[in-house]
Amino acid sequence: MADWLERNVPRILLAPSFLIVLIFVYGFIAWTAWVSMTRSRLLPKYEIEGFIQYDRLFAAPRWDTAMNNLFIFGALFIVVSMMLGLLLAILLDQKIRIEGTLRTIYLYPMALSMIVTGTAWKWIMNPGLGIEAVVRGWGFESFVFDWVIDPDMAIYAIVVAAVWQASGFVMALFLAGLRSVDDEIIKAARVDGIPTWRIYSAIVIPSMAPVFLSAFIVLAHLAIKSFDLVIALTGGGPGYATDLPATYMYAMAFSRGDIGQAASSAMIMMAVVFAIVVPYLYSELRVKRG
Amino acid sequence: MAEPTSISFLPSRAGDVALRWLLFAVLALFALFYLMPLFVMITTSLKSLDEIRTGSLIALPERVTFEAWSTAWSSACSGIQCEGLRPYFWNSVALTVPAVALSTLLGAVNGYVIAQWRFRGANLIFSLMLFGCFIPFQVVLLPMARTLGFMGVAGTIPGLVLVHVIYGIGFTTLFFRNYYVTIPVELVKAAKVDGAGFFRIFWSIFMPLSLPILMVTVIWQFTQIWNDFLFGVSFSQAGTQPVTVALNNIVNSTTGVKEYNVNMAAAIIAAFPTLFVYAVAGKYFIRGLTAGSVKG
Repeated sequence: MADWLERNVPRILLAPSFLIVLIFVYGFIAWTAWVSMTRSRLLPKYEIEGFIQYDRLFAAPRWDTAMNNLFIFGALFIVVSMMLGLLLAILLDQKIRIEGTLRTIYLYPMALSMIVTGTAWKWIMNPGLGIEAVVRGWGFESFVFDWVIDPDMAIYAIVVAAVWQASGFVMALFLAGLRSVDDEIIKAARVDGIPTWRIYSAIVIPSMAPVFLSAFIVLAHLAIKSFDLVIALTGGGPGYATDLPATYMYAMAFSRGDIGQAASSAMIMMAVVFAIVVPYLYSELRVKRG
Repeated sequence: MAEPTSISFLPSRAGDVALRWLLFAVLALFALFYLMPLFVMITTSLKSLDEIRTGSLIALPERVTFEAWSTAWSSACSGIQCEGLRPYFWNSVALTVPAVALSTLLGAVNGYVIAQWRFRGANLIFSLMLFGCFIPFQVVLLPMARTLGFMGVAGTIPGLVLVHVIYGIGFTTLFFRNYYVTIPVELVKAAKVDGAGFFRIFWSIFMPLSLPILMVTVIWQFTQIWNDFLFGVSFSQAGTQPVTVALNNIVNSTTGVKEYNVNMAAAIIAAFPTLFVYAVAGKYFIRGLTAGSVKG
């Protein structure tokens, strides 16, 4: 008995976590998937009715706005953060004496809650008292900066705050990538008289492809899960101009009492995440084993 | 370890001083961009409401007052409650401490088992856990709300602790597994020959080696859980909300005048613990962020 116990201790210790993940991740996904096929409203029903919730979802203008916003926000957030991150990493990689300090400054927003970030930027972009008032005070009387209350521009206000928060993190990733590029190749290229911009575009940046991929995955993942920032900065408004799938799902689940819609929108969110993450994880796990 | 080398595009000879200064100017401008919101938050929180209305966003306070801070801490209103951020700050402490401790402990044990006591299926279990890290939590919100209700912990702090532990295990296991997998298995084999058992090896050999990864994991979990909003807003009720939810309620409270100075003070209070951790242990914070996303 003691012998059996000794041999099976590792399995016994891993079992609770395994069960938890099985139930609370996979079981719950299955539950949500099931309910997304029913006519559930305020309370869940379990008779499968087919894809009616998805039909309703795709016909809802609000969901349409949310998906459009996700693509605008996601694309801009990812592209701008990557460009800014790469630029900062290259500039910081010039044997700067105060590199450590600058890195700390660029990266600290990542330690903040998105609610704090949203609160701060909401105040900075306040049309009456924020940046608009500052620039008007400099003599540009007709300057207008009211993105947070303009339905067409509010989504870009969210991009600004999100880039502010995450670009320092991308910088850290790229900086680590730059430092791992093989020194000998660069020295050889120098000796051959290849101009610096060519060294970057032809040698350094291509060899950092895995870092680009990681940064992309992390940023895409952040974009899809963005919920707090929108809630704090615009509350999804004006109207529902800055709704994202995450805020749509939350509204349906907790304020509209429409569980069917909440479940189907959550399933679509998961499909989007998995379309991006699964190929990445699959290749990662295969590389590690091989 | 070799010193990482930079790829400098600037000649290190004297001569291109101008270019060097331009580089510094650009870097300093970006530093201003990142610091500006923090600066505005701090200065706004130290101004009176009158000064905010008449003065400039980026001006230093003419007369420093800490009134907004005391209001934010003990009497700011969110809806009908006017007790400031204080009770919610302590809610966050009360839920973060056990949630971080439990999820880290479980992660350490799981990582140890998966990395060093490989058995058939262990890798599959690890993959399943890993995928769990990436799901958008919206997909578990509805069943979780019902489950917490069945268990009688809906809207309570223990309920929130449970949620954070459950969805934290994936990451903590990942951190420890990736760390322990670099320790040669021969170590365990030799210890076994010497008659040490599973727990003995864990305590006497692995734990003393684990300080760096322990720091990374604790800081990661602390930041995640303290900053969480989605679980907090979904699974709490009046009185048990964490600080992020209370902050959002105070800022978006529709009653009374907008007290921007109070909002900023409240935001800094809510941000303080994670900023403090970043300031004193930033190295581990960055390592947590980049773990798993940079190979090697």
